[in-house]
Amino acid sequence: MDSKFKKENYNKTAKSYYPKVPLFRNCLKAFLVGGFICLIGELLTKFYMQVFDMSQQEAGTPTVTTLILLSALLTGIGVYDRIAQFAGAGTAVPVTGFANSITSAALEFKSEGYVLGIGGNMFKLAGSVIVFGVTSAYIVGIIRYVFNQLVGG
Amino acid sequence: MAKMGRQSWTLNNAVYIEETGTSVGPKEGKGPLGSSFDKSYENLYCGEDNWEMAERKLLQDSIQVTLEKAGLKPQHIDMFIAGDLLNQNVSANYTARDMDMSYLGMFGACSTSMETLAIASQLVDAGAADRILTAVSSHNATAERQFRFPTEYGNQKPETATSTATGAGCALVSREKSKIRIEGATIGKVVDFGATNAFDLGSAMVPAAHDTIKRHLSDFGRTPADYDLIVTGDLSSVGSPILKDMLRSDGINIDAVHKDCGNLLYTSDQGMLAGGSGTACSAIVTYGHLLDEMKKGTYKRILVTATGALMSPTVIRQKESIPAIAHSVVLVREEG
Amino acid sequence: MDFFWAFVIGGLICVVGQLLLDVAKMDAGHVMSTFVVAGCVLDGFDLYDNLISFAGAGATVPITSFGHSLLHGAMEQADKHGFWGIALGMFQLTSAGIAAAILFGFLVAVFFKPKG
Repeated sequence: MDSKFKKENYNKTAKSYYPKVPLFRNCLKAFLVGGFICLIGELLTKFYMQVFDMSQQEAGTPTVTTLILLSALLTGIGVYDRIAQFAGAGTAVPVTGFANSITSAALEFKSEGYVLGIGGNMFKLAGSVIVFGVTSAYIVGIIRYVFNQLVGG
Repeated sequence: MAKMGRQSWTLNNAVYIEETGTSVGPKEGKGPLGSSFDKSYENLYCGEDNWEMAERKLLQDSIQVTLEKAGLKPQHIDMFIAGDLLNQNVSANYTARDMDMSYLGMFGACSTSMETLAIASQLVDAGAADRILTAVSSHNATAERQFRFPTEYGNQKPETATSTATGAGCALVSREKSKIRIEGATIGKVVDFGATNAFDLGSAMVPAAHDTIKRHLSDFGRTPADYDLIVTGDLSSVGSPILKDMLRSDGINIDAVHKDCGNLLYTSDQGMLAGGSGTACSAIVTYGHLLDEMKKGTYKRILVTATGALMSPTVIRQKESIPAIAHSVVLVREEG
Repeated sequence: MDFFWAFVIGGLICVVGQLLLDVAKMDAGHVMSTFVVAGCVLDGFDLYDNLISFAGAGATVPITSFGHSLLHGAMEQADKHGFWGIALGMFQLTSAGIAAAILFGFLVAVFFKPKG
């Protein structure tokens, strides 16, 4: 047998048969869809600032809430995963991806009941984001705090 | 029974696939082989409340259709041998609950179709049973949920990924003469070449298919030219060329006779990436399409090599590699 | 111009995510976790606020802003209440997003079924 098919070389050989990842096309799609979601976010922010006379920071809460609502609905009608197959990181990175990971887990485990199914599995995928966010914020926060005490006083 | 080499056997008596039945989901029904399936559903739920029940519905359908086509009642059947992809083989177990007959549950991942057929033919040959129903099922959404992510989760799959087929295939094995005779089988070994990419199961299963096909040809003293078709289960568009090259480097050329069930099941514009996979894939393609072609006379003798990846999500996350297995069954067209 | 930069910066952050998926071969869960940590660290150096004032929603919509908001809320409260403010303020700015995701996630699960 050809040595490239030997066990130790097999993984490398198999990869040479992979279709080439269309990196540029994938990045372009992620850029357009991700940028578009942020553009909607900006439109919503401006809308809330104008209509409800909010500051930019105040408008952040209704903006994020609206985006999450849209994402949850698109997940519910079975569209978000289709867009995601096209957009890749373009739909995973915005906060809508976070909402999709929560809604999709909740939907999927509905058949196992409301408490142990939906309740128990909602954070199956999104949990890691909160865990690593909180842990890193704690660590960076303590460093900043100690630094400020020593330098800023 | 006659043992052939170390891993194969031929049957002493004439054992046949008396009848088959297939039931499939929407994408399979709309695919290029759609007309060869007995029953197909427009909706992935198949009229049931959840994915797991939908898969059982497909499995029950395939059995019911087989019995109807054969004009038999459950009391005429001695044994039921079945398997699927879900934990604890629940689709098969819960289907067997309502069947009132001896039952053997088997797991060989996507190789279960030929695993059950090989064992059933052996038991009928030995006279341990007169009629055995073998059936397997898989469902895209139950598999996604168990092995990957929730079905609505926005995860971009790479082009090497396969799509689990939704469907079930059933074969009735007996000594009643039919057009399709089971000649023998080669039982595979578990082979692991260290593949770790769960989004490319095709190439992970190639070494197992290679091992079993090579062993089969040597045990039976045959060459690929003895077959009109050597069909693999679900090696995908990535794994199929690797298998051909790997066998060619051993001096075995299957280019002229090889096909892959996963590549036959869908057209490339159905968005199924590298092709179909899943326990049902080889079963519905073989019991539906390929047996039809044999009855028409397109193929006289075929070798069906069903391939299975034997991992679980837990051990993959623990950085284990993906072991695989392949089982081959020889089917022959009986004249007259 | 606000809209233009929101689009471009938001899009570029997603491109970085796509490169992590396709080149570094990470899965979406790892990319999201990495981005949250990155947002938090950038805020630790007071860099993320500059990005927000420049790109608006282009910086607040990507998940990096979740890490930024966690730390930001924590530091705001730490200024007022001392050390324990870090724990107290962590969810101050982020709770709206988490609460909305839980509420809408639950409601959608009640009224819809997965489509497969």
